[in-house]
Amino acid sequence: MLLRLAPAATLAVLAGPVVLGLAFTVLPAFGFLPALGGTTFALDPWRGLLAAPGLSTALTLTVGTGLATTLLALALAAGLCAAVAHRPGMARLQRLMVPLLASPPSGLALGFAFLVMPSGWLVRLVSPWATGWAVPPAGLVTVGDPLGISLVAALLIKEVPYLTLMLFAASATVPVERLMAAARALGRDAATAWVSVVFPQLYRQVRLPVFAVLAFSMSVVDVAIIVGPTNPPPLAVLATRWFLGYDLAYFHTAAAAATLQLVLVALAILLWLALERPVAALGRRWLARGSRSRAAGGAAGVAGAVAALLILLGLLSLLAMLVWSLAGSWRFPAALPDSWQLWLWRGEAGDAAALASTSAGIGLAAVAVALVLTLACLENEQRHGLHPGAAVQWLVYLPLIVPQIAFLFGVQVLLVRAGLDGTPLAVVWAHLVFVLPFVFLSLADAYRALDPRYAMTAAAMGAGRWQVFLTVKLPLLARPILIAAAVGFAVSIAQYLPTLFAGAGRVATLTTEAVTLSSGGDRRILGLVAVLQAALPLAAYGLALALPFLAFRRFRGMA
Amino acid sequence: MSEGTALRGALVLEEVSITSRVGARLIDRLSLTVAPGTVATVMGPSGIGKSTLLAYVAGFLDRRTFAAEGRVMIGKERLDTLPAEARHVGILFQDPVLFPHLSVAGNLLFGLPRTRWRSRAQRRARVSEVLAQAGLAGFEDRDPATLSGGQKARVSLLRTLLAEPRALLLDEPFGKLDAPLRAEVRAFVFAHARERGLPTLLVTHDAEDAEAAGGPVVALNGPGGVRPPCD
Amino acid sequence: MNRSIALALAAGLSALATFLGPPAGADEAKEAWQDILAAARGQSVYFNAWAGDPQTNAFITWVGELARERYGIDVRHVKLADTAEAVTRIVAEKAAGRETGGSVDLVWINGPNLLSLKEKGLLFGPFVEKLPNWRHVDRTKPSNLTDFTIPVEGYAAPWRMAQVVFLYDSARTPPASLPGTIPAFLDWARAHAGRLTHPHPRDFLGATFLKQALVELAPDPAVLQQPASEETFAMATAPLWAWYDALRPHLWRGGEDFPATGTAQLSMLADGEIALAISFNPADAAVGIRKGTLPQTARVHVLDAGTIGNTSFVAIPFNAAHKEAAMVLANLLMSPEVQARAQDPATIGAFTVLDLASLSEAERARFTPPADAVGLPDNAALGTPLPEPHPSWMTRLVAEWERRYTR
Repeated sequence: MLLRLAPAATLAVLAGPVVLGLAFTVLPAFGFLPALGGTTFALDPWRGLLAAPGLSTALTLTVGTGLATTLLALALAAGLCAAVAHRPGMARLQRLMVPLLASPPSGLALGFAFLVMPSGWLVRLVSPWATGWAVPPAGLVTVGDPLGISLVAALLIKEVPYLTLMLFAASATVPVERLMAAARALGRDAATAWVSVVFPQLYRQVRLPVFAVLAFSMSVVDVAIIVGPTNPPPLAVLATRWFLGYDLAYFHTAAAAATLQLVLVALAILLWLALERPVAALGRRWLARGSRSRAAGGAAGVAGAVAALLILLGLLSLLAMLVWSLAGSWRFPAALPDSWQLWLWRGEAGDAAALASTSAGIGLAAVAVALVLTLACLENEQRHGLHPGAAVQWLVYLPLIVPQIAFLFGVQVLLVRAGLDGTPLAVVWAHLVFVLPFVFLSLADAYRALDPRYAMTAAAMGAGRWQVFLTVKLPLLARPILIAAAVGFAVSIAQYLPTLFAGAGRVATLTTEAVTLSSGGDRRILGLVAVLQAALPLAAYGLALALPFLAFRRFRGMA
Repeated sequence: MSEGTALRGALVLEEVSITSRVGARLIDRLSLTVAPGTVATVMGPSGIGKSTLLAYVAGFLDRRTFAAEGRVMIGKERLDTLPAEARHVGILFQDPVLFPHLSVAGNLLFGLPRTRWRSRAQRRARVSEVLAQAGLAGFEDRDPATLSGGQKARVSLLRTLLAEPRALLLDEPFGKLDAPLRAEVRAFVFAHARERGLPTLLVTHDAEDAEAAGGPVVALNGPGGVRPPCD
Repeated sequence: MNRSIALALAAGLSALATFLGPPAGADEAKEAWQDILAAARGQSVYFNAWAGDPQTNAFITWVGELARERYGIDVRHVKLADTAEAVTRIVAEKAAGRETGGSVDLVWINGPNLLSLKEKGLLFGPFVEKLPNWRHVDRTKPSNLTDFTIPVEGYAAPWRMAQVVFLYDSARTPPASLPGTIPAFLDWARAHAGRLTHPHPRDFLGATFLKQALVELAPDPAVLQQPASEETFAMATAPLWAWYDALRPHLWRGGEDFPATGTAQLSMLADGEIALAISFNPADAAVGIRKGTLPQTARVHVLDAGTIGNTSFVAIPFNAAHKEAAMVLANLLMSPEVQARAQDPATIGAFTVLDLASLSEAERARFTPPADAVGLPDNAALGTPLPEPHPSWMTRLVAEWERRYTR
């Protein structure tokens, strides 16, 4: 009975922040914000926005880098899976990706920027002996290139592992081996077999994560500031600049930009949806032709190799941050620091332990609530055949699509009204708004795709619904549940603005410390902070992958 | 498997109709009585609604997709008003659907009613006993994924029977087995069902299955059409 | 309770301000300050301050310990990456109708943010003249009284000076080659193609680069002290755009891209990717050398005709929960002891807002730079800071720059 309340409870938890967050994004966009003296509706903010120089370039950048990142991330992740799915190396590859999954995007982006910039590690490794460069070359354009190529690359380092993980988690619910065997018996090579028969089944399950990637890469701010173009930057950065600008008069323009951002992401998702059908039709035609050419296999191989290269770059980025955290001074063109130090680590050690326990506590609480609500909603949906309406689903995913800065202003107003700001409860709640969608979309498809005959068999043997849920569904879904939890935990750990706003600046976590220290720009501190921030989610992912393996190591069917 | 086989009532279907929400009538006023110890067969090509009928009997019919009416009874007791877990109707699918996270013994213990088999030792002894009777002695701790197709099918049936069902539903359970194995598993399943006096309803598109079942046969031949039962 | 204290206090202070007879006022002021100290004891101050630098954070921790020992107040450093975060919080509390018990007690705030809050009536005050250490503040430095041409009117307490300097590495770039005037930047940039840039003008420091050029190039700098109008803006900035158009092709990446922030620009200097970087802290070279982020040969350069200077303040939001303790902390930040320590490049190298002549001999001695300080400019080199233009100039400059140079 309690279960029937699950969707309502989820909505209750999310509706306040989401609706108010949205209201405070959309209303000021039309001139309404009494705190700043706006009490009537007007279109001025939109005029201001449309008159903003470079807006069309910014919009092109936003859509272009967003779609490019998503398409490439999906293609590369699929290529990687196709290339290695049938090989034992998959497990090793997964272990290699874990640090990338665990690292906050900004930490990875900083490392990547340091890797490829003209004064970066790659150039340093070959200078001056091979290049003759005693100072960084002036003509080399990498980080911040006007087309946003380095932005896409930095995002891919984060998103390819994420989608690979999602594909991998989804594959637990599809009879991959049987499908592969059937296709290979028909004369397809392994990669082609994977692309042609396994991927179409998995795609349906990773569709929401793909949308999350699309929304994230279109609205990301910190990564875009670090490696993206600046003149103009993508729309989300423009909006944030205006929100945080010294001139409060820009607040309305910022809100209009945030509203436009929301519309843009929604349109991009619709475009993606519209293209799915023709692409699927093309795919079916390709399958129907029955070609046994190895071109698909070859393409998958190339994609896999590029993905592997990206993973390598990502790991090097993290290594670069670790080296910086130990560097005393490190001047161009030295390949390694000129001197080393430990004082940073020593100085931060005391604080870090306290901050880490706060972060972990908030993360665990948010993930626990998110898991309970998600599982309850999904179970309720299966028991009562209640498909959550599209509107509800969008409500859950909205926090991922709207630029945080706009959205959080409304959340903050709500929390202040409720007298909750500055309390751990408020911080957990604010995190939940962003953790829940990720947990939900990481888990929903796997949950829905679980073979219903397991539950039927159990029920036919007299097992009640709760027994089926606890003894059949939960263990069978242990892996996707734990991965969803790890994803949610990593999301919680990385939250900066929600912590700051809901905590009234009084709840300090690893990430608030990291971001404030990062604003000083000292690379040694950035390195330290990136490593510290990655550590907790790294542990969570490690557990998520190791626990089911340990618990079910006797059972091949659970591998 | 001789204990607990007290003869129960027949499985009775009265005027069962199932309509798809998009409008097609799959089953039209089907009435059928399956006596204890007999295997009735519902025949028909794929997609005709055979599995849907079993889902209705077992209590899994997806109400979003189908509307259904008509009584399902064991003897005089109505089933169609009960939730699936209270019907005590065993079901076997085309795949053995063994729980991959449990050992063979774990799978069998899952269905063993707690009311009758209380102590852990008793329960394990019971599981070992039926495994031995089925030629699977010593399989208790095996991972189901390591069993052969025939072994899986047998464990699946044993699991269903241990739950002491009042009727047995077979949803093309031999469809994926190759010919020699098919005959063997079929014989095994039918023998157990008869031995325990279970009214058994088999759906299949294979005439050989129907013949081996030896009971009444209902042919579904498309929306709206039901051929009357014949021998 | 807080509310009634705050109200009583506000009433008391305004009464005081009205009947300001000097001798009697001094006594009353002393008495009032004793009351404030008494009320502050036991309070917590949530001090919202930029925290991008461990040295600054350690300094605030040190001041907090001092405040606990001396006044029994508990200073909590709310660490900000951007002061605007605190501004947004104050606006949100206003929007939510929280008129008392606000979460920000004291905020370290720079010019335009400060003025935004002041104009919207979101600041508590005036309170500064009630702070005993106010008498040591150098009131001949205009920026301590007037922020961006707008009178502060006691709504914020000064605590550190900022002045535009250009950072460079004297080992790579001989000081003699550096441009002494804004027009000279043109030749310098031509000779060092791609080695000069400035932060994006949306960044405060980037806008300051344009303002610095404007102050020197404007035909009549006096108009900059008035709000900009269409006409004055067009007239005053014409030479600036001519100069910038000529300069831009020689900038880093041909003046098509710019580092997003001031700190990103400083990293580029440290890497040698650029040779000259604008900064707002005259002690930046000395502090960077001590931290190890800049080479021993890093120095700061000031233009011949002087550079723009301003003052950083601390302010109390209208709804602060602990206004008394916030005032005590603001007063402590202006004390000679704290100011002297702040000026040491081994801590944060923040130039003082005090008039050293008003201090005792012993207090003054604290301000002598340590003998081993490298890269610190002396006051003579810094000259008298030039006043900031009216904020409307900055707004228009940034907008016009974006209109002209955004892709």
